[in-house]
Amino acid sequence: MRAPAPAYAVNDGVIDAATATLGGKLDLATELVGEVALHVARDSLVETMIALRDTPGLEYQQLMEIAGVDYPDRGVERFEVVYCLLSLTRNHRIRVHVRTDDTLPVPSVTGIWPVAGWLEREVYDMYGVLFSGNGDLRRILTDYGFRGHPQRKDFPLSGYVEMRYSEEAKRVVYEPVRLAQDFRNFDFMSPWEGAEYILPGDEKAKLPEEKGAPTPLKADEIQKADAAQSAKATPTEVKTTESPAQTGAGKAEPDATPKPKNPDVTPTPGKGQNL
Amino acid sequence: MSDYLEKLEGVTDAADPTLADIDIQNYTINFGPQHPAAHGVLRLVLELDGEIIERVDPHVGLLHRGTEKLIEYKTYMQALPYFDRLDYCSPMAMEHTYVLAVEKLLDLEVPIRAQYLRVLFAELTRISNHMLNLGSHVMDVGAMTPNLWLFEIREDCMNFYERASGARMHAAYFRPGGVHEDVPLKLLADIGEWLDTRLPRLFEDAISLVADNRIFKQRNVDIATVSRDDAIKWGFSGPMIRGSGIAWDLRKSQPYDVYAKMDFEVPVGTRGDCYDRFMVRVEEVRQSARIMRQCLSEMPDGPIASLDRKVVPPKRGEMKRSMEALIHHFKLYTEGFHVPAGDVYVATESPKGEFGVYLVADGSNKPYRCKIRPTAFSHLQAADFMSKGHMLADTTAILGAMDIVFGECDR
Repeated sequence: MRAPAPAYAVNDGVIDAATATLGGKLDLATELVGEVALHVARDSLVETMIALRDTPGLEYQQLMEIAGVDYPDRGVERFEVVYCLLSLTRNHRIRVHVRTDDTLPVPSVTGIWPVAGWLEREVYDMYGVLFSGNGDLRRILTDYGFRGHPQRKDFPLSGYVEMRYSEEAKRVVYEPVRLAQDFRNFDFMSPWEGAEYILPGDEKAKLPEEKGAPTPLKADEIQKADAAQSAKATPTEVKTTESPAQTGAGKAEPDATPKPKNPDVTPTPGKGQNL
Repeated sequence: MSDYLEKLEGVTDAADPTLADIDIQNYTINFGPQHPAAHGVLRLVLELDGEIIERVDPHVGLLHRGTEKLIEYKTYMQALPYFDRLDYCSPMAMEHTYVLAVEKLLDLEVPIRAQYLRVLFAELTRISNHMLNLGSHVMDVGAMTPNLWLFEIREDCMNFYERASGARMHAAYFRPGGVHEDVPLKLLADIGEWLDTRLPRLFEDAISLVADNRIFKQRNVDIATVSRDDAIKWGFSGPMIRGSGIAWDLRKSQPYDVYAKMDFEVPVGTRGDCYDRFMVRVEEVRQSARIMRQCLSEMPDGPIASLDRKVVPPKRGEMKRSMEALIHHFKLYTEGFHVPAGDVYVATESPKGEFGVYLVADGSNKPYRCKIRPTAFSHLQAADFMSKGHMLADTTAILGAMDIVFGECDR
């Protein structure tokens, strides 16, 4: 790795150790961008976490973070809950991923790490992911009485409700969001590098076949596009410079006849630009 | 008369209980959201038995601005200034984590001078942050003067910020690939002089007033003791975990940028109380000054940002002469750079503890998800068990020793 990112213990053997410990509970183990990620099923999450914490050679004592991620394109089980673990003794980090949707609860890890209480509350608040076993699953960051789960990809950035202090009512009032200007979402994707939408007029530029496809014509059937004209225009006359018509030259003098007077202009002697 | 005397002494008759014998229910009071000792908009719902705290329920989120959601709608470069606004007491430390995460995904090499500059300013940020925290902690438990002197130092730090980046707080100085501008030589010379003269004089003066002060110790020693096991279970980091006696510093154990070359000590506490956490921060300021001196003496010349023109925009002077530079500038400030798909969790030692960024990239020019791991979240959550059994007046000392800033906690 060339980037000056935090350097912790090497990942060698971590996946093997985790596979040996977890066995069938492990769905997938990856090592990408220098980080180890374990994908496990929801039901075996708590056992996995206890094993990761207590097995010698793994020893992930601290839960640093629980992050929710929304992948609506996946269809079923759109949410991913990511647990970031840290080993103080081995100086290593690992991530554990589980997938769920908005009805299937994820088992809470508050019994293992009490710090998970608020972290799970935040994931619930932001995504609506339920955690079974968390005794205090209230909203945490959003306003009292807030509706919806703002970090979902289908929740608009501007939200639905706005709040202001009303001088008439002498209190804070909630109203539907009214934007004075449309929300501007600029599209900066380069049309040459894989933009996936179609602009008006794109259909004209579309090739009849795939780019690089072989032409259906045989070699002897191929004719040049201007073959008809180029066949007709055979030179009949030898070009000389004898007559002005052949050289394209104009008259020697422009036009000797005087211009008609402009009736609107009275010429004044001396200064004056119309002279 | 004897009745009266008995009443005075609190002697009561079981058959005829007076008010003192009646089981008084605990009452609940509201601390904040507008309270000077809450260091921001914190609302604590305190359940009290007399003046003893039974339960604390912190209500956070009053400063929630949806930073993580906003970042998903911005390019990688536009997202950077949001990090200044998270922990507005240590802005450059927040940027540091983010740029390291982006660089890790891009696998981008950073010139050595840029790494030195980043470490120099990260440590300046640490001093600046600790000046605010130590000063306000001291003031929360009753002393006025040290805070005023420490704010002098903080003002100096902000002036250095301004001379490097043009802004006193929201610097946006660290960029993916390096830093934004090179610093003038005079600034480095002034920082060096400041480290040797003004900083130690003001700082040691202010700390000498409180470190051995009897009242200060009465208010802090043995308040909110956290054992090593609790510190691990509750996800503590930074001065909070070191105060509990665990020598864990990400600068030492997981060095980033040029921290591996730096020579510094990691202070730890012995009792895990508020006084230890305070003193850990005091020693960290001295160690930060030591790191800054090393940076100043070892910093080489060279480029201050990566020369990869697909990530780092060219400088203005180059654009006047080169068409290619002009194109790169235009593309980087409109479309931005594309980050290859992948996800990383990068954490650094911010002045308050482990500040992490879990960044999910989908190959486009905007982050798919940027989860910010605030330091305050785990520390404030522990306020309940830390405050239990202490007096109401200790709440301010406990909060002061946690070092919480709500821009970061609520995001």
